[in-house]
Amino acid sequence: MIQQSLPIEEVPVDSSHIDERPNFMRRFWQSGMTKLGIVLLLMLVLFSFVGPLLYRHSAITSNLLATDASPSAQFPLGTDSVGHNVLAQLMVGGQSSLEVGFAAAIVAMLFGTLYGMISGMAGGWLDVVMMRIVDILLSIPSIFILLFLNVVFQPNIIIMILVLASTAWLGVSRLVRAEVMTTKNQLFVEAAHALGVRVIRVMVRYLLPNIIGTVLVAATFQVADAILAMAGLSFLGLGLPPPTPNWGGMLSDGMNYMFQNSWWLIYPPGLCILVAQVSINLIGDGLRNAIETRER
Amino acid sequence: MSEVLLEVVDLKKHFPIRGGFFHTVKGHVRAVDGISLEVYAGETLGVVGESGCGKSTFGRSILRLIEPTAGAVRFEGQNILQFTEAQMRVMRREMQIVFQDPYASLNPRYTIMQTLLEPLEVHGLHDLATRKQRVRALLQKVGLDPSYANRFPHEFSGGQRQRIGIARALILNPKLMILDEPVAALDVSIQSQIINLLEDLQQEFHLTYIFIAHDLSVVKHISNRVLVMYLGKMAELATSDELFAHPLHPYTQALLSAVPVPNPKIKREQAILQGDIPSPANPPTGCVFHTRCSFADDVCNREVPPWRSIQSDHMIACHHPQVASPSVPS
Repeated sequence: MIQQSLPIEEVPVDSSHIDERPNFMRRFWQSGMTKLGIVLLLMLVLFSFVGPLLYRHSAITSNLLATDASPSAQFPLGTDSVGHNVLAQLMVGGQSSLEVGFAAAIVAMLFGTLYGMISGMAGGWLDVVMMRIVDILLSIPSIFILLFLNVVFQPNIIIMILVLASTAWLGVSRLVRAEVMTTKNQLFVEAAHALGVRVIRVMVRYLLPNIIGTVLVAATFQVADAILAMAGLSFLGLGLPPPTPNWGGMLSDGMNYMFQNSWWLIYPPGLCILVAQVSINLIGDGLRNAIETRER
Repeated sequence: MSEVLLEVVDLKKHFPIRGGFFHTVKGHVRAVDGISLEVYAGETLGVVGESGCGKSTFGRSILRLIEPTAGAVRFEGQNILQFTEAQMRVMRREMQIVFQDPYASLNPRYTIMQTLLEPLEVHGLHDLATRKQRVRALLQKVGLDPSYANRFPHEFSGGQRQRIGIARALILNPKLMILDEPVAALDVSIQSQIINLLEDLQQEFHLTYIFIAHDLSVVKHISNRVLVMYLGKMAELATSDELFAHPLHPYTQALLSAVPVPNPKIKREQAILQGDIPSPANPPTGCVFHTRCSFADDVCNREVPPWRSIQSDHMIACHHPQVASPSVPS
């Protein structure tokens, strides 16, 4: 008796004036601050990766006749206590700092998001076990974990990235889990369930887009954190093998000479880290605004 | 009436209350406590009751959005509570739900087009061009301009969003729709529009509605039969006309007398309920309503009233049904 024919496809529809919306990239580009962030980051990348090709001075040759030299025509940013050319070091150091900082943040963000989503979505015992693991790892000072891993593995750039990511993902996973827990109980998720949407699809299409903003903001901080954590390890002699400079390492070395008025050992790397952090934050904000068109 | 589409047998949902050091179960909230009824194809069954009486849980349990504790839900003869997850996903095409809150029930990151394509995509129906055509046609059906399809939910008003919610439920061609207070969050003027829309759609697509509400005038208008729930149990079930003209359960009478009448000169006998609804974690003995009933006696305190038929199409669970004058003028 119930006939379910629904010839709805045949209803004529006037679709001549379907309004187009600014797409993701347009929205991303709209903000001036985002553009500033991209320009700053691009400058750093050019400085680090193209700079050494133009400014052909060795970063690892010691000029023992000119140690602790203040900026001059020969050494635009002076030299350090063993006569390294600071400008050249800054350029080469940017390579490892940016590579490690970004890669560690991305690895930490991906793994932390996956871990947090599974934990938050599963609930129950799995959630309890997964979160206790995070708690345990968080309760150990991260420097111990970093030291331990660095002693076990010979530091090269890949190991460095994984080591830094190994502590950085913990915070991300907690954050993501909390977001998932609140989002998964919202009505539109229940509606998806009522429509027969599978759990994996719910996680990818419903939960992820709604928590990505938080993740991105957290991730932008991870980059600077990783650069500074690498500095800490370099300071303890456990960073990348010594001749390879990095910003964090240069900064912590320079601190030792602070009272000799060697400002050129401190400000340049400090400024580079600051600019990296700010530019990434601006880009992160832009991404978030582009993804979250508007909250509800 | 016509054939039975849905049969609910002794449906129960008890939520465990956990507490203490070891998270042990301390008791149960009997949100739905033994509901049995049949829903006929093409009818609208209204479900009314106070907040917290379990009417929403009842609706969600039928769809297994909340997994019932016990009982059976037979849809066209098949007990869907025994279905596997995969079987259930297929079955969801037949039974859909419209939620109360049109603001929270739409994914804020999906455009309307994406929201409405989703069900078709998930169930692998049609190719993309047909899907899109279908979405636009359906938008027009529910009274929205199809050119709005690429907008996000926050760009719409509450009434428009509820239309989107209805379109989403409708796009899979379901037979049964659970309407969980679909107009409670809307302005009065919008309410009537949505109610009219629901009635039109029911006509056109031969839908069966379970209409959950606490607004009695709306329920009276749209329902063929009405179930009155109290504390997770059935109090009274009758055709809409019969129930509103001759309510027999003291609780139903109290509910009806609480409906305001738009005429100040009419003086009515009001049976105002005393006190609050008891906790469903610790329901009263005997008749669950006896703590607030002015006709209660010892029997009510001791014995659970049987679910019995007073006349055809009029069922009641009460030891002392009261014949009262109609308290809501028609």
